[in-house]
Amino acid sequence: MTDLALEKAGTATVRRLSPAPFGIGALLIVAYGVLPLVASEYLFDAILTPFLALALAGLGLNILIGYAGQVSLGSSAFMAVGAYAAYNLALRLPGLPFLVDILLAGLVAAAVGLLFGLPSLRLRGFYLAVSTLAAQFFVQWVFNKVGWFSNDSPSGIVTVPPLSVAGLPLDSSAGRYLFALGVVTAVTLAVWRLVESPTGRALVALRDHETAARVIGIPVLRVKLLAFAVSSFIIGVAGVLWAFAYLRTVEPAGFNLDRSFQILFIVIIGGLASLRGAFLGAALIVVFPLLLSRLGEALLGGLFDSGVLEMSQRIVLGLLIVTFLIAEPAGLTALLDRAWSRIAGRFRRAG
Amino acid sequence: MPAVLSEPFVSPAAGSVPSALAVEALSLSFGGVTALSDISFAVAPGEIRAVIGPNGAGKSSLLNVVSGLYRPDRGRVWLGGHSFAAVPTDRLAKLGVSRSFQNLALFKGLSVLDNVAAGLSHRLRAGVLAQVIGLPAARRERAEAQAKAEELLAFLHLDGVRDRPAGTLPYGMQKRVELARALVARPRLLLLDEPMAGMTLTEKRDLSGHIRAARDDLGTTIVLIEHDVGVVMGLSDRIAVLDYGRLIADGTPDQIRNDPVVIDAYLGVAHDLEAGEGI
Ligand SMILES: Nc1ncnc2c1ncn2[C@@H]1O[C@H](COP(=O)(O)OP(=O)(O)OP(=O)(O)O)[C@@H](O)[C@H]1O
Ligand SMILES: [Mg+2]
Repeated sequence: MTDLALEKAGTATVRRLSPAPFGIGALLIVAYGVLPLVASEYLFDAILTPFLALALAGLGLNILIGYAGQVSLGSSAFMAVGAYAAYNLALRLPGLPFLVDILLAGLVAAAVGLLFGLPSLRLRGFYLAVSTLAAQFFVQWVFNKVGWFSNDSPSGIVTVPPLSVAGLPLDSSAGRYLFALGVVTAVTLAVWRLVESPTGRALVALRDHETAARVIGIPVLRVKLLAFAVSSFIIGVAGVLWAFAYLRTVEPAGFNLDRSFQILFIVIIGGLASLRGAFLGAALIVVFPLLLSRLGEALLGGLFDSGVLEMSQRIVLGLLIVTFLIAEPAGLTALLDRAWSRIAGRFRRAG
Repeated sequence: MPAVLSEPFVSPAAGSVPSALAVEALSLSFGGVTALSDISFAVAPGEIRAVIGPNGAGKSSLLNVVSGLYRPDRGRVWLGGHSFAAVPTDRLAKLGVSRSFQNLALFKGLSVLDNVAAGLSHRLRAGVLAQVIGLPAARRERAEAQAKAEELLAFLHLDGVRDRPAGTLPYGMQKRVELARALVARPRLLLLDEPMAGMTLTEKRDLSGHIRAARDDLGTTIVLIEHDVGVVMGLSDRIAVLDYGRLIADGTPDQIRNDPVVIDAYLGVAHDLEAGEGI
């Protein structure tokens, strides 16, 4: 059995110049050290905090779509489950620390995700996509119909209690941003560990060749359901951030099909099976409409009313997505990688 | 789930040594097409057994039945001391059986190393949390899998492409990665569906060497589907010939070469060795 080792040659490989450690370090310094000092309330409330929540949702969906190769069109349903679960936990079990609420809310979302992941054991592609729509409509319907979830609020809209962690109030714009940032950092780290682990490899194996995966003994059913559970957990936590750190209210209409598609676009534009992709995609989806509407107002504000402007904004965004799908199916991540290798190449030539 | 019957092993092929693989009266049809018709044969441990026959003869269907991807209409498969009406694919690796596919079946997005290490998936015990947290047991288990995978990469001269995504490699190399993935678990029985299709002459010679080494060094029993008659004659101990789903001959290369029925059905007819492959 040892003969195989005979020819074992040096396995040193040329490591590509990687921007990753650099970039991540710089980003963390800016996110934790610089932005809290310099950013305006508007930047926190309208851009940074929703960006973080959506990036996290994109990260969760990417596990399912990008890594495990399963389709889901109902992501925002799991955001809703997370948000409502955290709201009710905070309301009904006020003794629990909020971090425990978040964890439990994620677990509730994971359980619901597992349930709606069951069809994936039988269905795939288009049929699976349609069955995930059931999650979207069913969950929204339940939160609309069952008053208990929104504490019988007549309008169906509930206000969440102010954020505080371990007695530390975080109810300022910067505080809510920092809270979201902490959660997103922790979850992203865990997701990175997951996709680099043998289980993460098994997800990709499942996506790339399910039969071969089964033959080599990957527990296909278990791994598929795990993908649904983990993905829903993360999207559920994103829902908690959306409700508690960004909007400070919860209502079913905030988690509609539009939101699900928004998250899907984040994943597709950012890049499938890429952690960076979720952040790049979310940045684009959050910032781009704001830029467009500013631009529209500045250029055409006098000519058209806001309805027309909003409609044209949607059209431009739609066109952008289609262009992206055609020109760069691998997403912003690939675009960035190419740009980087060009820059690195130039440096090497120069140096 | 198909019903799986398990009984103590009694080789249907007479002899004192239990077979590494035996099939007994297998029949399988798709609608009106008969893919397999009453096939019985046995493969002795340590044997290299080729399965040859014209396109559509039922060779791949046979391997698919043996690996549980197809459920036969009738007949049984004897593997690793058990007999099955339908082989449980999920337990295949644990039964000591691995296989390659006629069409490339690599995990394109994974590196070559990860593809090969995936061949040890059925041995992993650590839970997902242990892996994410990086508990010592999970780390050890993973390091072991990677070390074994690296050994296989060196064995098949793939160490130069260790970190490349498997999907970016040339065809012949991908075939070799698939062989490495199948071999890494040191299977008792290795099923290869046209491992040399589309390879150059040199590549074929190299791969033949590797297959023989797998048998000689690791004691692996090998069942091999191959169209290149030259390769088959040189490599195999025995050859089974299928035609229209029937087993028309089963014997040593010399017997097969001179069998008039085989010459009629397969060897004699002018067939392009590579044509129609990869379907
Ligand atoms: N999944 C399937 N569904 C329908 N028919 C099938 C299926 N698999 C095989 N067949 C049919 O069964 C017959 C045997 O096919 P098989 O793939 O086993 O042939 P083969 O000997 O491997 O041929 P080749 O040399 O071309 O690979 C063919 O007529 C084929 O069309
Ligand atoms: Mg075939």
